[in-house]
Amino acid sequence: MAIGSVGVVTASARPSLRARLSELLDRESWLGPIFVSPALVLLLLLVAYPFFMALYFSVSNAFIGRPSNFIGIRNFVRLWESDAFRQTFQNAFVFCGAAVGAKVVLGISLALLLNQQLWFKRMIRGAVLLPWVIPTALSTLGWSWMFNSLYSVVNWTLLAIGIIDPPGPNWLGQKYYAMAAVIIVNIWRGLPFFAITLLAGLVAIPKELYEAAEADGAGPIARFWYVTLPLLKGVLGIVVLFSTIFTFSEFNIIYVLTHGGPMNSTHLFATLARQVGLETGRIGEGAAISLYLFPALMIVVWAQLRFVRKQAY
Amino acid sequence: MNRRVLTNRILSHLALLPFIIFAVFPFYHMALTSLKQNRELYDRNAVPLLIVQGPTLEHYTKLLWETEFLNWTKNSLMVTVLATVISLVIGTVAAYALARLKFFAVGSLGTGIFVTYLVPTSLLFLPLAQVVNWLGLGDSKWALVVTYPTFLVPFCTWLLMGYFRTVPKEVEECAMVDGATRIQALWRIVLPIAVPGLVCAALFAFTLSWNEFIYALTFTSSSEQITASVGVTTELIRGDIYYWGSLMAGAVLASVPIVILYVFFLDYYVSGLTAGAIK
Repeated sequence: MAIGSVGVVTASARPSLRARLSELLDRESWLGPIFVSPALVLLLLLVAYPFFMALYFSVSNAFIGRPSNFIGIRNFVRLWESDAFRQTFQNAFVFCGAAVGAKVVLGISLALLLNQQLWFKRMIRGAVLLPWVIPTALSTLGWSWMFNSLYSVVNWTLLAIGIIDPPGPNWLGQKYYAMAAVIIVNIWRGLPFFAITLLAGLVAIPKELYEAAEADGAGPIARFWYVTLPLLKGVLGIVVLFSTIFTFSEFNIIYVLTHGGPMNSTHLFATLARQVGLETGRIGEGAAISLYLFPALMIVVWAQLRFVRKQAY
Repeated sequence: MNRRVLTNRILSHLALLPFIIFAVFPFYHMALTSLKQNRELYDRNAVPLLIVQGPTLEHYTKLLWETEFLNWTKNSLMVTVLATVISLVIGTVAAYALARLKFFAVGSLGTGIFVTYLVPTSLLFLPLAQVVNWLGLGDSKWALVVTYPTFLVPFCTWLLMGYFRTVPKEVEECAMVDGATRIQALWRIVLPIAVPGLVCAALFAFTLSWNEFIYALTFTSSSEQITASVGVTTELIRGDIYYWGSLMAGAVLASVPIVILYVFFLDYYVSGLTAGAIK
């Protein structure tokens, strides 16, 4: 491989340190591990290690600034006895189910529309993708002003169109409305990812298939059902898996919009974990709450590796 | 263009309109609010969709001169730039090794990095706060420089692996037959070809760290250390009093760096977003 270094070896009996080093670096079995080690050290130290700490915290009575003892599964038992946690558990599934479901339907519709012949293609794409690039905490602040109890522009518009009667709902102060509000903002923020990724999947479908289907007398609905959807399945699966884990672990929108309220009706695992673990100091219990994200993560990872990335390795 | 095609095209645009309004309206309303005088802002009979009584910059001047906003933005910039550079370097060499070299356990390392890419930050912030304290970085922006690479490196690595695989092996082998070492070949041949991938990774790393919220909120708290999004969402709210004008001004200004990048590099954003799922 390294032809240049042969000359160095014969020229002197003991090759210089530099030459030996550069020869080692030319060997894949050396260079590979050297190149991977910074990433590996970082991830072991700041991802794997904290993860095991979380496991330990969850079975201990850790409290901020106090030594901790092993207490078994008592944290988990106590969580199941608390109404706040049971409410959160239910919220997580309602929030995730509604938001991901809506993003699938709206995402496919939007991708199909973006795939049409359009005049301002680039500009439209830019507008559609915008919610995804702006810092979520800040754009959610904009939404919380839009849902304000006194000056809500949402209510003003709905009143003006005549859909609701005055005074209109207090979006962030009423249980079901608050849940609807955080779901709407999550859809708003996640839709671009669905639309743009599914659009890439649509573009990859060969035109000939549609022409063939049309020649066989398939109408637009039949073409969507028998050509588009089956060929989009792979991309759709990946997008749904990604979105599920990130929706399930949502923090920013809830924290800024409702802080989990009113009466815990919008708490998700991440926000409740923060409240219990940091604001009240019970780290052990907080860690136990965030670990509820772990089964969801495992399922997504397993599905990704099993069905989606089979071909990669 | 015949009539049917034209009608179809117009219908597509009309059908897109609600989606576009949904996507863009919050930003329009945010910018509008930041320019409104308080008198109009808190008038329940005023039309909230327009500025009728004339615009004002008072919320911006208040934000810039009476709060620590500039300082927070400086913190954001420092953390973002450093975290991006560190992650890009670590991610590039790791991606090259995983995509190109044969060595012990290369496959499972690749899988491991992909798995960490999926771990949400909200799963780890509690124990990570302890690690940050042990490192002596409690309430310091340096904690963010250290921890942001934990989600940026897996992302950059994953994205760049895809790009490195598209560079033909023969190009590199030719250079090495001509006497270049592997590192020289990487530096002079592979990296220049992979520039679009590097730009994309850098843009995404910059965006992800600029937008990061939960770590910044947890690991920093004093006004000298916090980032722009934490500053705007926590420090501008005093008790239960919301200064909506200044809040919206802060949200607009803190989004400006990302919007500038976005306008210039839209196509990279599109390709990077899809690469994560398609490759």
